[in-house]
Amino acid sequence: KGSPVQKSSGSRDVNPDLEAERQTASFSVESLTAILDGGADNTRTRRAVEAVIHSEPGFSRENQYFQSQNERYEAAVRRSVYLKEKMHQMGWTEDGPEIKYCYRTLGGDLAFNVHRVFKDSILALGTDEQIAKWIPLADKYHIIGTYAQTELGHGTFLRGLETTAIFDISTQEFTLNTPKISAMKWWPGDLGKSATHAVVFAQLYIKGKCYGLHAFILQIRSLRDHSPAPGVIVGDIGPKMNFEHIDNGYLMLQNINIPRENMLRRFSQVLPDGTYVKRGSDKINYLTMIVTRVHILWTEVIPMLLKACTIATRYSVVRRQSKLNPSDPEAKILDYQTQQQKLLPLLATAYAFHFMNAYVNEFYNKGYTEIKQENFDSLPELHALTAGIKAIITEYCTAGAEVCLRACGGHGYSALSGLPSLYTKLAASCTYEGENTVLFLQTARFLVKCLAAVHSGQPIPPSAAYLSSVDSGKCQARTKMDFLKPDIYAEAYRHRATRSVKSTTKLQALVQSGAEQHEAWNQCTVQLVQAAKAHCHYIVVKNFIDTVEKLRNEAEIQKIVKHLCDLFALHGIFSNTGDFLHAGYTSGDQMDMVTASYLDLLAVIRNDAVPLVDAFDFTDESLNSALGSYDGHVYQRLYEWAQKSPTNKQVSQAYARYLKPLFQSAVSKL
Amino acid sequence: MNRDLRRERDSASFNAELLTHILDGGAERTRRRKEIEALVLNDPDFQHEDLNFLSRSQRYEEAIRKSALMVVKLRNYGIADPDEIYWFKRCVHRGRPEPLDLHLGMFLPTLLTQATLEQQDRFFMPAWNLEIIGTYAQTEMGHGTHLRGLETTATYDPATQEFILNSPTVTSIKWWPGGLGKTSNHAIVLAQLYTQGQCKGLHAFIVPIRQLGTHEPLPGITVGDIGPKFGYDEMDNGYLKMDNFRIPRENMLMKYAKIEPDGTYVKPVSDKLTYGTMVFIRSIIVGDSARSLSRACTIAIRYSSVRHQSELKPGDPEPQILDYQTQQYKLFPLLATAYAFHFVGAYMKMTYHRITGDINEGDLSELPELHALTAGLKAFTSWTANAGIEECRMACGGHGYSRCSGLPDIYVTFTPSCTYEGENTVMMLQTARFLIKSYTQVSSGQLVSGMVSYLNDLSGQHIQPQQVAARPTTVHINDPASLVEAYKLRASRFVEVAAKNLQAELNRRKSQEDAWNRTSVDLVRASEAHCHYVVVKLFTTQLSEINDAAVHAVMNNLCLLYALYGISKHAGDFLQAGILTDAQVTQVYQRVKELLAAIRPNAVALVDAFDFHDNHLASVLGRYDGNIYENMFEWAKKSPLNKTEVHEAFHKHLKPMQAKL
Repeated sequence: KGSPVQKSSGSRDVNPDLEAERQTASFSVESLTAILDGGADNTRTRRAVEAVIHSEPGFSRENQYFQSQNERYEAAVRRSVYLKEKMHQMGWTEDGPEIKYCYRTLGGDLAFNVHRVFKDSILALGTDEQIAKWIPLADKYHIIGTYAQTELGHGTFLRGLETTAIFDISTQEFTLNTPKISAMKWWPGDLGKSATHAVVFAQLYIKGKCYGLHAFILQIRSLRDHSPAPGVIVGDIGPKMNFEHIDNGYLMLQNINIPRENMLRRFSQVLPDGTYVKRGSDKINYLTMIVTRVHILWTEVIPMLLKACTIATRYSVVRRQSKLNPSDPEAKILDYQTQQQKLLPLLATAYAFHFMNAYVNEFYNKGYTEIKQENFDSLPELHALTAGIKAIITEYCTAGAEVCLRACGGHGYSALSGLPSLYTKLAASCTYEGENTVLFLQTARFLVKCLAAVHSGQPIPPSAAYLSSVDSGKCQARTKMDFLKPDIYAEAYRHRATRSVKSTTKLQALVQSGAEQHEAWNQCTVQLVQAAKAHCHYIVVKNFIDTVEKLRNEAEIQKIVKHLCDLFALHGIFSNTGDFLHAGYTSGDQMDMVTASYLDLLAVIRNDAVPLVDAFDFTDESLNSALGSYDGHVYQRLYEWAQKSPTNKQVSQAYARYLKPLFQSAVSKL
Repeated sequence: MNRDLRRERDSASFNAELLTHILDGGAERTRRRKEIEALVLNDPDFQHEDLNFLSRSQRYEEAIRKSALMVVKLRNYGIADPDEIYWFKRCVHRGRPEPLDLHLGMFLPTLLTQATLEQQDRFFMPAWNLEIIGTYAQTEMGHGTHLRGLETTATYDPATQEFILNSPTVTSIKWWPGGLGKTSNHAIVLAQLYTQGQCKGLHAFIVPIRQLGTHEPLPGITVGDIGPKFGYDEMDNGYLKMDNFRIPRENMLMKYAKIEPDGTYVKPVSDKLTYGTMVFIRSIIVGDSARSLSRACTIAIRYSSVRHQSELKPGDPEPQILDYQTQQYKLFPLLATAYAFHFVGAYMKMTYHRITGDINEGDLSELPELHALTAGLKAFTSWTANAGIEECRMACGGHGYSRCSGLPDIYVTFTPSCTYEGENTVMMLQTARFLIKSYTQVSSGQLVSGMVSYLNDLSGQHIQPQQVAARPTTVHINDPASLVEAYKLRASRFVEVAAKNLQAELNRRKSQEDAWNRTSVDLVRASEAHCHYVVVKLFTTQLSEINDAAVHAVMNNLCLLYALYGISKHAGDFLQAGILTDAQVTQVYQRVKELLAAIRPNAVALVDAFDFHDNHLASVLGRYDGNIYENMFEWAKKSPLNKTEVHEAFHKHLKPMQAKL
């Protein structure tokens, strides 16, 4: 009947059900945490940052779930300002190791996130002179910038953007205009209320000729009183599913004149006489885009899945419901196989994605060095790889957070669980920095090219090299234990990816039979997306296997991480049986073995589930969840937090104003 | 009207109105529905500001204002038919919950079914007249699914002839009931009854919680709102804690069980009507799954025909995004699903009415089966719709994420139906229990009837994959009836696999419960396969009832798409059981894509047929006229952050910072 500790409301000792889970861990949580952080030194730095942040009430997110959009925005601005001061005070720099931990600790609830993109774009596209002029101002926050690219009518298709910048030789100025409603800049963060300046993308016109998209620096608000500049209509785009703390904005420009110098002109410029000059390759631009795409995965996206897993797993050992055996007390819900099936594959996924960081970084660093030396050979692969990896990670993390939410039953639906806010933030990541379907198709385009290279005997980029290896025929597994061998399942994934990519030869078939290239492409896109997913899935499985290999000096940890790797791989097969059975690589009997091994693994990992989420080492403040705290005092906390709800503090007028008089009139009429 | 939408509508191959009639259950019902909706739409009392810009407290106030008005107006208009009340309410609250939901939907009906005549005299008319507003307090913080575990106690004190109600632990606090936090002054409370030192299990008590007149909580009662949620902003889901709170003996609902003044407990006669109520509520949730998904599809499909992006052919104007195969692949299977679920909801409701007719004549034989099987359908449809709504939202890209799209609201309002009225996994396992029972019956030589009669074909035989594969393949992928057979085989196979694995676990271990738990993944799969079969079957059956040839043609395509898309997503099941060959699965993939192209010209007309008024859709992206961009701008101007040109945060934080750095 209720857990005894909950009766003493003041005490904060750990819930015994949760404590029991920690007693039986098969490995050292602290060691795993260090591995996840990339070394014990990093763990120390992170914890030091967390201690600083949590000791400062100015950073508190305590009442966040009760705040209005206005209050959320103001609080985010407040925290960001505090953070600048604190960083200054602590001597933390913008490129130091601490900043990402600040971000992690505050769960991204900060303003001025696009200010950084504003600076990055000037650094990438501006001349040294432009950099010298704008960057110091931005560093000191004397100006706050945003990056205005997306319009109401155009997101994915950049060439379709409709904002215009017309060069006037007589005045040596560009005139910027929003020619129609759909050309309004729409969505940029920090644009609505914060930014004073914007990097605006517009179609450049000189003497009536369009030269395509270029970037311009534009002042949008007064530096004296913050009022919008003349000819500028700017505001917030209204409430969203989340990100209420961000003033995503709209921007309409009416004959705004800016000097010729305000076009970012490292790669192209307009001379005083109106001559358009292009110089150098702006391919390095792609690199900036790739950096942002990769950056969000490990600073925003994946940590949110880790948090959702932490909350749902801890709650699932505190929550008891129904009985497994009539004579026993009610069971922890994590002891139900169906609950394990919901949560434990997600836990494995969280680890799988976390470990992708090293892989992508290695690729990135290699590519970056080459590109700096004006060698762009690796760019297509880097681009394709990060596009697909971004898409698969955001898709799985979003779906995963929602599973966690629903796995917590009714209480997961409470905002106080923290899960609705994690889910709705993740949901946005499937769209921003490249819509996922579009990204998968970019990866697919690369794979189709690789396949053509295989056929014509040309070299294949490393990430797709497997496409040229010989078909291994049939899966070699004979018992369910065989499916715990990485070679066996890696090969199954490789086979599936190869077959899936090869099935896109239908594209060529369609073209050869007379279809136009674009029509053939469109008719194959469903298949192409599937090929890209199979490819990315294989890469993640392969990297997980490699990561397990590298843990050979940590026997206990290697063992549990190997279990997670097996689970991730087998769950993927179990959830996509059609792909693996089709064409007969895996037999029906083998599929039954997969299922059996997969279900066995659930029971094994179940025992370490809590230590595995503890290893993520999120502070309670950072989780901000009534269900997920380290001490497991779920119910007490729910009750305490609910009492703080404004609906309980403020006197609602609803009764006096509406109910009472209407009910009385109802009484007299009825 | 937007040119693209006009063109889409002009080129439809069928009359959308005829399809609307089918969905409504006849032209006359469509007429009456529209008449009732017009009463609300033309009534200035029901107009209000866009709810997206209101705080939670404001939304609650607005909802309660409308709820109270609604009750009065319904009675003034003399609208008493349940369907008509439902149409009216849906239009007033635009598909959102309202604080009086539990008063009207649970408190009043429970009084009617479980109160004695004396209790009805005391409570019913005041409740009908809203002097008493009640809620139904069952769920506690620590217990939802497992009702027997509820901890609230009601101890009978014969000395005063009162019950003493207590919430002995934090976990026993009543938590979640709608309307409990701020609205209700009474609650029907479920508590463990203790009398003469013995626990008699759960019983229902009428408990006053707030003072009539002042509306202040009564001494011994702690009551409040449980705080912000994912959605349900307008609902004051509440908590209730009772400390030695006394109520008279006469406040226990005593139509069935009784307590004599001396504390003697009189056992209830069994109450089979509750099965009927649950079937009815589940049919409403299935209907709601269909409607919520239909709304999401309407928004996403209209937006996708107005939105132009990128290029298919270099040099051509940007195409409507609905012309991209990937977009069709996201949306059209969901459109087909929305139609399928409409027919399932209608079937469940009809069956309920037929059987409750039987109940009055005393024939309850079908009720346990229906109860068991509709549990799974509730879970199956709400899970699918839940995912589908999000898919629609994401198909609208960034703009789908704005609340102006209406999609976030549809989702957050719908998603709790995966949990309430029976958590979905638990529901699936209830259906599985019935399937296993039926399988066991068949194995022992008895025949079963109804939706599970396909199990008779197993008749003790075991379908071996090889055996099925060895049979000549008879599935015709263009014939819905043949696809029903394919789904039937898949369901039988999964039921059989689950039953065998359960037996194997039983042979290995002693406890029934443990074996059940270790087979539950298989059992849920069996239930899902069963439900999927039922849905395909009901959709197919519906086709034969469509007389208009043009409507029939388009519905036939949707039905095929529903069935074939399901096969393509679960191809492994059909391959492993040998129901389909490799070559057939490849054909299915191809046929799905052909169907997308076939449905494309009718997509807008198909969502128009759902006939949602703009007011109800509450979506800038889904507007009937398609004038999206200008209205997004108008909408955004009303954002709370735009109340002033320069936000307060500038003066409070930004300006001082710039001074310091």
